[in-house]
Amino acid sequence: MTDTSARNPLSTLQRRLRAACAATALLLVAGSSLAQAADLNALIWCDHSDPALLEPFEKANNVKVNVKEFEGTGAGLAIVEQSQPGDWDVMVIDSIDVPRGVEKGLFEPLPEDKLPFADLFPEVKMDKSTIVDGKRYGITEKFGYNTIGFNKTKVDPTDMQSLASLTNDKYKSKIAIYDYYLPVIGMAALAIGKKTADLTEADLPALKEELLKIKANAKLVGEVTASQTALATGEVDILVGGGEWVTAGLAKENPALDFSIPKEGAVLWSQSLAMFKDSKNKDMALKFIQYILSPEGQARLATSSCYWGMPSNTKAALTDDQKKVLRFDEQPGFLARAQAYPAPNADLDKKMQDLWTEMLQAK
Amino acid sequence: MNSSTREGRALPWALVTPALGWTLLFFVLPFVAMGLSSLRGSGDSSFSLANYSQFFANPAYWQAMVNSLEVTAIVTVVSVLLAYPFAWILAEQVPERWQRAALMLAVLPFWTSYVVRSYSWLLVLSQNGVINRALVGSGLLSEPLQLANTRFATVTGFVHFFVMLLTLTIFANLKQLSPSYRKAAADLGAGPARTFWHVILPLTLPGIMVGAFLTFVLCIGDYITPQILGGNNELVMPQLVMMQIGRRGDFPLASALSIILMAVVTVAYLACARWLKIERT
Repeated sequence: MTDTSARNPLSTLQRRLRAACAATALLLVAGSSLAQAADLNALIWCDHSDPALLEPFEKANNVKVNVKEFEGTGAGLAIVEQSQPGDWDVMVIDSIDVPRGVEKGLFEPLPEDKLPFADLFPEVKMDKSTIVDGKRYGITEKFGYNTIGFNKTKVDPTDMQSLASLTNDKYKSKIAIYDYYLPVIGMAALAIGKKTADLTEADLPALKEELLKIKANAKLVGEVTASQTALATGEVDILVGGGEWVTAGLAKENPALDFSIPKEGAVLWSQSLAMFKDSKNKDMALKFIQYILSPEGQARLATSSCYWGMPSNTKAALTDDQKKVLRFDEQPGFLARAQAYPAPNADLDKKMQDLWTEMLQAK
Repeated sequence: MNSSTREGRALPWALVTPALGWTLLFFVLPFVAMGLSSLRGSGDSSFSLANYSQFFANPAYWQAMVNSLEVTAIVTVVSVLLAYPFAWILAEQVPERWQRAALMLAVLPFWTSYVVRSYSWLLVLSQNGVINRALVGSGLLSEPLQLANTRFATVTGFVHFFVMLLTLTIFANLKQLSPSYRKAAADLGAGPARTFWHVILPLTLPGIMVGAFLTFVLCIGDYITPQILGGNNELVMPQLVMMQIGRRGDFPLASALSIILMAVVTVAYLACARWLKIERT
């Protein structure tokens, strides 16, 4: 007897589809159970993907840290919303955006007694953002300044002590602007004598005028890589919004790059670590946060291959050379003159982004 | 009805089902989801056309569409003008045995990463790049030109990519042409120029239009090239869409802007649909 189904293409197709589905299901089950056994899943910025930072933790705790990079809080929170509860254990987030995660019910309060809060620079604890309803949900792990980054062999360093130089004809077409509206709008606010914390909708016209003046002098507006490349290759001599995060990592190859904290001040950026409420691995998540905040972890994070920045822990185990490049000893003075990122409500945030769009479109 | 007839009718459906399923799953459903999302407010669950009206009310948003259309039109026209003679030389002037190798060389840049290729152009066009060094070094210019971070740079990056694509579609079209057309035209007294203008060009129009339409669609939806080469000195629509997502996570507005962009592509398709048939009678 002949088996007709063996020659029927439809039956063959059905059989093969069933087999493929079964194999896929088996792989998914095996994969997910493996992932849950000994993995820590972290939503991070690129500085946390440096093997020099992760490997010591992985070896010490016999754990694999799976990282997913994202840019912008909105994109990060969208990844969380599209995931299953418990998929993620820790997240790196702009300190000013910690309340957004708390509002969405994502974060777990952090045990202050198990983290080195006493060792942090007091100015970067960012209590207004990281504490919600009396509970702390984020710990600052790294910070720095959005200020003026420049090539000291191409510009007059004394000019870089004032934000007014950014609108001076002397530097026309020698400027790049970092493409992130909050810190650069913050710098524009400082330039017109406003405090970043006090910005309201009424300030937008004056901010627009200042931004357009800076744009008129600019050659490009670029994200991290583009603006860093422009400064490093000599395409521009000044980066508005730049700081140690641009210049420090390139110090060996290009010692002419430097940054200033102008007399009007600079904008303080800070990134925090938060733990997910639904994490299935909270003990390991806490260990990870403790490691990142430890003197060794802080030194590795501060000098990550992606970008350098100031460690928030005053006891970070940096070498003397690294401290010199980061201008570690000058931090008290810098911090005294720095102002926090503007932290607008959703409505003002939208208006600020639209203002930024207008600036980008201006000829 | 016997079982073999039933199976005979079921077979075409079985074969087409994966493609239909794919389209349903990865185009129709996401499109519906995007449509619904575009009608929602960014902070609430009510439905409205507010996101669409924002686009029309905000000149900076509207300008992004104008920039997109201008850049896309320039890229499409320049790419066609460069690709046609290139494809013609490949099809008509290069000996048959070398055509495959010549075509491979022509599309070689396709083998490199799109992002790497864009950054390479940045190095070529930058102030200290190859072009400016040559111009300043030879004494033709005293100061370098600003080539990078301009619309010119964006167009250059796009044209480099799309000339290859158009060359392929036009070359394929030229190779399909029977030599009899030229012979018949010659018999009727037409010279080479007249033969090209009245016979060859109309017959290769479908190849040009298919390539031009692909160029239009891929160019107007591209984020990477303007982002790397344009220096953000003007925004195009995909950059505006990405801006809404980055920090604020405003997916409803990003969805509305994306649907407006899709509507423009649809209009472009309808405008050139009559030429997008590949069969020739």
